[in-house]
Amino acid sequence: MHRNRSNWLIHVVLVILGAAALMPFLWMLGTSLKAPESAMAFPPQFIPDPMRPQTYAQVLLSPKADFLLWTRNTLIVAVLGVSGTVISSALVAYGFSRIRFKGRGVLFAIMLGTMMIPFPVMMVSLFAIFRWMGDVTGEPWLGTFKPLWVPAWFGSAFNIFLLRQFFMTIPEELSEAARIDGCSELGIFFRVILPLAKPALVVVALFSFMGVWNDFLGPLVYLQRPEQFTLALGLQNFQSQHGGTNWPQLMAASVMVILPVLMLFFLAQRTFIEGISTTGIKG
Amino acid sequence: MMQGERRTLIKGLAFISPWLVGFLAFTLIPAGLSFYYSLCDYSLLQPPAFVGLDNYRQLWNDPIFWLSLRKTGYYASVALPVGLLIALSGALLLNSNVRGVSIYRTILYLPSLVPLVASAMLWLWLFNSKLGLINITLRALGIDEPPGWLTDPTWAMPALILMSFWGVGNTVVIFLAGLQDVPRDLYEAAEIDGASRFGQLIHVTLPVLSPVIFFNLIIAIIGSLQVFGAPFIMTGGGPARATYFYTMYLYDHAFTFLNMGYASALAWVQLLIVLTLTGVAFWSSKRWVHYQGK
Repeated sequence: MHRNRSNWLIHVVLVILGAAALMPFLWMLGTSLKAPESAMAFPPQFIPDPMRPQTYAQVLLSPKADFLLWTRNTLIVAVLGVSGTVISSALVAYGFSRIRFKGRGVLFAIMLGTMMIPFPVMMVSLFAIFRWMGDVTGEPWLGTFKPLWVPAWFGSAFNIFLLRQFFMTIPEELSEAARIDGCSELGIFFRVILPLAKPALVVVALFSFMGVWNDFLGPLVYLQRPEQFTLALGLQNFQSQHGGTNWPQLMAASVMVILPVLMLFFLAQRTFIEGISTTGIKG
Repeated sequence: MMQGERRTLIKGLAFISPWLVGFLAFTLIPAGLSFYYSLCDYSLLQPPAFVGLDNYRQLWNDPIFWLSLRKTGYYASVALPVGLLIALSGALLLNSNVRGVSIYRTILYLPSLVPLVASAMLWLWLFNSKLGLINITLRALGIDEPPGWLTDPTWAMPALILMSFWGVGNTVVIFLAGLQDVPRDLYEAAEIDGASRFGQLIHVTLPVLSPVIFFNLIIAIIGSLQVFGAPFIMTGGGPARATYFYTMYLYDHAFTFLNMGYASALAWVQLLIVLTLTGVAFWSSKRWVHYQGK
């Protein structure tokens, strides 16, 4: 009896919290389907009448914003960045978890320490470094995608940490058996560890994809011309600085930026949640 | 060093070499460089000119520096503790075995998936003083003149703080994973000793969960001290600099005024603040963080 009552209370609180979490989504979706006049109408409509899905087509073909090009740009950065970080982070994580070399502990601690440095702190000097790299290599780095994906090929502390935690759980006997069969260290990495670590690699790929998709400050600092914008940066073009924002268009564009992320999440929900928990708990 | 030891060392270094190179190129050298720049007058257009501690002296007497620091402090001192509390309470609720709990978990997690820029746009609309959902709701509840939120210097910061609570899902998931690791027999023992539900929370759940609370605290400190995107997009730091965060001031000096030297001094001060606060957290953790067994 007592237990039932408290369960009932938990339900009520959860319904309220759930509504607070969902309402903004519904409001966004609703607005995106309204005509501009009815978005400004008072009292507000909760269910758009008439429905105007054409707004989505308008956004895709809008002259003030090249939504499709920005999607392509984001995907280019994502493919180059995600593949780079998965490959390099896995190699480094293997070194940190399976090879007992001198100084390993210290270097690993330093690597964890770098996770505490906020990006803004490095922003100015990284900008200067990428400018200098342009001078050295003869073609500019600033204003291209390079500053956004090249660093990914040198491992990221967060991903290395995540993969190392996973590699540690793989029994040492498997490597030993392969070594007796004459496998080299690189062979063990490719043939024993990587196949077993697929779930963890998927987590890293997912997280880094989201990282690229969501990144705002990086593109803001390094990219200059609208033709190079990523989606996160370009979305601002639907917002008017002087009032008079076309809210249905802005919301439709936002929905289309969010949708791929939500779809990825629902496709790989378990992997996702396990990944977040692993990084948080198994320190 | 023995032959085998050296071979292992070379092998190890070879595997971690991508990170070693990256650490040098994208962390250590930039850090040194930015320290050097912070001692220079550097406008990007001309090579840096050494001026000693001038930038730091100027910083000390710069009212906007103190203002942006205060704004960031205001945000962090509310958003961080309240956000952690909401996330922890949410996780405790979601850890109960009521029906449909997995659906609630998914729903409460969804907002944290939304890209920062998209959520900034969405909340810009929700906070719209005339037509936004929030003020429509407030008016329906009988509040005739709800605040102008992002256009009102008093309410702009509370608005950004409120918005940050929408995205606590990641923190909730980490808490939830920690809660599921609490050994069941501890609760049974507490129950036999006659502990109430609240007593179990204070004496069993929170101590066992303390390493996770600590982890989330560190992440939250680092995160709340570098807030940039939401105010940059939603308020531009205004109205009347009410939401002019530290990182925005840094960004403006670096890329609007092209004072790279001054911006670097700001960056180093920010780094020192982050390190000091996380240092204090680590130091205090000896008193309240309990690691099980290990």
